[in-house]
Amino acid sequence: MDSLPFFPTRASTIAGPIDDLYFAWLIMCGIVALAVAVMIVFFAVRYRRGSAADRTIGNPAEHERTMHHIEIVWTVVPLVLFLVMFVWSAKVYYQSITVAKDALPIYVVAKQWMWHAEHPAGEREINELHVPLNRPVELVMTSQDVIHSLSIPGFRIKQDVLPGRYTLLTFTANRAGEYRLYCTQFCGTSHSHMVGRVVVMEPAEFENWLAAHNNVPTMAARGERRYHELGCDGCHGAQAAVRAPRLEGLFGKPVALRDGRSVLADERFIRDAVLIPNQDVPAGYEANMPSFRGQIGEEEMLEIIEYVKSQSNATKGVVP
Amino acid sequence: MNSTVIATNENYLSSGWNWRSWLLTLDHKRIGILYVITITLLFGIGGSAAALIRLDLLTPHSQLVSVETYNKLFTMHGVIMVWFFLIPSIPATLGNFLVPMMIGARDLAFPRLNLLSWYLFVAGALFTIYALLSGGVDTGWTFYAPYSTTFSTSHVFAVATGVFIAGFSSILTGLNFIVTIHEMRAPGMTWFRLPLFIWSMYATSLILVLATPVLAMTLMLMGIERTFGVGVFDPGLGGDPLLFQHLFWFYSHPAVYIMVVPAMGVASEIISCFCRNPVFGYRFMAYAILAIAAFGFLVWGHHMFVSGQSAYAGTVFSLLTFLVSVPSAIKVFNWTATLYKAHISFEAPMLYALGFVGLFTIGGLTGLFLASLGLDVQLHDTYFVVAHFHYIMVGAAVMAFFGGMHFWWPKITGRMYPEGWARFTAVLTFIGFNLTFFPQFIVGYLGMPRRYPDYPPEFQVWNVLSSAGASLLAFGYVLPLGYLIWSLRHGAVAPANPWGAKGLEWETDSPPPAENFHKTPVVTEEAYAYATTSRGAGSAHG
Repeated sequence: MDSLPFFPTRASTIAGPIDDLYFAWLIMCGIVALAVAVMIVFFAVRYRRGSAADRTIGNPAEHERTMHHIEIVWTVVPLVLFLVMFVWSAKVYYQSITVAKDALPIYVVAKQWMWHAEHPAGEREINELHVPLNRPVELVMTSQDVIHSLSIPGFRIKQDVLPGRYTLLTFTANRAGEYRLYCTQFCGTSHSHMVGRVVVMEPAEFENWLAAHNNVPTMAARGERRYHELGCDGCHGAQAAVRAPRLEGLFGKPVALRDGRSVLADERFIRDAVLIPNQDVPAGYEANMPSFRGQIGEEEMLEIIEYVKSQSNATKGVVP
Repeated sequence: MNSTVIATNENYLSSGWNWRSWLLTLDHKRIGILYVITITLLFGIGGSAAALIRLDLLTPHSQLVSVETYNKLFTMHGVIMVWFFLIPSIPATLGNFLVPMMIGARDLAFPRLNLLSWYLFVAGALFTIYALLSGGVDTGWTFYAPYSTTFSTSHVFAVATGVFIAGFSSILTGLNFIVTIHEMRAPGMTWFRLPLFIWSMYATSLILVLATPVLAMTLMLMGIERTFGVGVFDPGLGGDPLLFQHLFWFYSHPAVYIMVVPAMGVASEIISCFCRNPVFGYRFMAYAILAIAAFGFLVWGHHMFVSGQSAYAGTVFSLLTFLVSVPSAIKVFNWTATLYKAHISFEAPMLYALGFVGLFTIGGLTGLFLASLGLDVQLHDTYFVVAHFHYIMVGAAVMAFFGGMHFWWPKITGRMYPEGWARFTAVLTFIGFNLTFFPQFIVGYLGMPRRYPDYPPEFQVWNVLSSAGASLLAFGYVLPLGYLIWSLRHGAVAPANPWGAKGLEWETDSPPPAENFHKTPVVTEEAYAYATTSRGAGSAHG
């Protein structure tokens, strides 16, 4: 793990912009802190009790006015500065959470106390994450138990991982190597052992790494098998007796609901449709789907989602 | 006032020394002392936990204690320090003692309620200590659900009950101060003649009364979910874990201001006195205190930028957080400007107050890093955050608490503390504090997460520095206990106004009579009307 003494290695495209913010604040705050310190020391020496320093002030009314102006200046100047920094940091933030259209999805399930990652190609890893260089990656994450948080300081990214919902984390690694990965949300006894490494590989090397494990079925294939085992095609299949929405072309499209709302068919929608089917019923259909709560593990759910995705041209959800 | 009336006179300390006269006292000054003793004991417990944490972190692999024990130690440290030391620290001790004295009243508006507050506080503390010692709790002081509600097997319910009970102590104290400040000011003590310490107590009381009930509700919902399995926060039961965080921080962010606003009040009194100058921009300072208290309620979501809350909510909270920083900045500039053309002397309280300004400045400036959306993503839940809030809540607030204790010690006890020791301790504390917490900013940006007993070896050097600083800091916090107690018997007898300070509390005896003033004072001048300054009394407002 190579790193400089004061600053972590920059290994992602967002690391530079975030470091810029950091340096800007360091400089500004350094100047302010130094100025305050110098003023305090200077006044403390010059106006120590018994010193001969001149303490007279001229016209009291004029003095009062000057003081008033000073107050206004040191109220307005920080305010303007803060607003500038607010806009800048918000821009960097939106840049950091915007998922590229062609991002490579990797699915992450956190549990006490390990990180479980699954690649669409089928490869699974624990406490490791292999990613290609210079390609946007999107982590679709959920937790099986408590709240965790995935932090990769070398990439300057972090996102809490919650039970019962999906959160996204995206990055483009631009420096090959190994970087530390931490859980940063306290999650119980072995919280500090819920760590691992991210391995950034040259694209060709990454393909080789995936290919070395191509004896396992893809996530979509595993999802399809589960889809049949659970009898989903009894209603959603082409020859189904019960009328239910078809899944082809569904993912990434807006879905009109019975109550007039329209929602996007993203990972969260699929998950909720399986576990809480009567929450968002598509227009033109009866609320007659049974809940599969308790029958599907988090990894299986992600495989089913990957299967549904594979039935559509669109491959992307959107940033929540 | 006659400054020669010393020990010979009846005073609030001499009027009875049996258990009844202390444990059933309705005198705000005695209740203040009961709080001092109580929170000192609790600070000892919380501080011991911190010492063990710092010792354990000397090595990257936890060697002193198991990870389970470590988790319980930092939870105990946080729970005790936040709810049983920092929140009551200045309001319940110096506030209790000084609010009636500074406004020229005989007591608080509701003396019995005041005593009840102390008993509730002790009950909550005993409950919590029992739970912590009989097995402990491992959730962190933040109690995040669903870990706290469903997964933790430790004494969550008992600790939450202790904090819940102590909350009522906060509410009653706040209520008491608000009514007292409204109703019991001496003739001539108009709102804009109030010392800034009173303004800070008023703002703090508003927060105590408005925010603490939300904590009570949150803890109660947590207890209900944990005990009866009613789904409020745990998604497995149909709840929402982010709801917990919203409720928790709706209280806990304003709670930071409960800790630091009183410190601002104390620093204002001390700096003004030892400068022989009115506080620069008195009205701006009063308004800034109120603005901080009000805006403090609108920024809780900045604790949740990476929690899964919507990006748009995060953006609004970031903006509001920058806005609340403005009044804090004003205060730092105004304290500095109070030194301008002053007649400064450097007794221990002044050294503490200047230390407060320094640490508050660093704590405040690093808060700007955290308010910045993109940058907070990197810093969140790392040691950068730990360092930041310790600078504010511990560095600044405890410096001010010690400064205030030294400043009013002659008034409270009738004895002077040993000046040399106190100056030495003030400087030692400042150095020790910076050595402890400054390295944590660096290791935080490098990515070291909070609440890690085992950490990567490349972070060890920063942790060793931090632990070394902590050992200095420990001396800084323990020494006053020794020499202040020593001074009770051996210190020089204090005159009524040893510092030549302005303010009604200095116009009565040291220690004051049970009824505070021999006759009701009448106020005829602005706060901080230090006549020795060439600026004159008229410029007390900016």
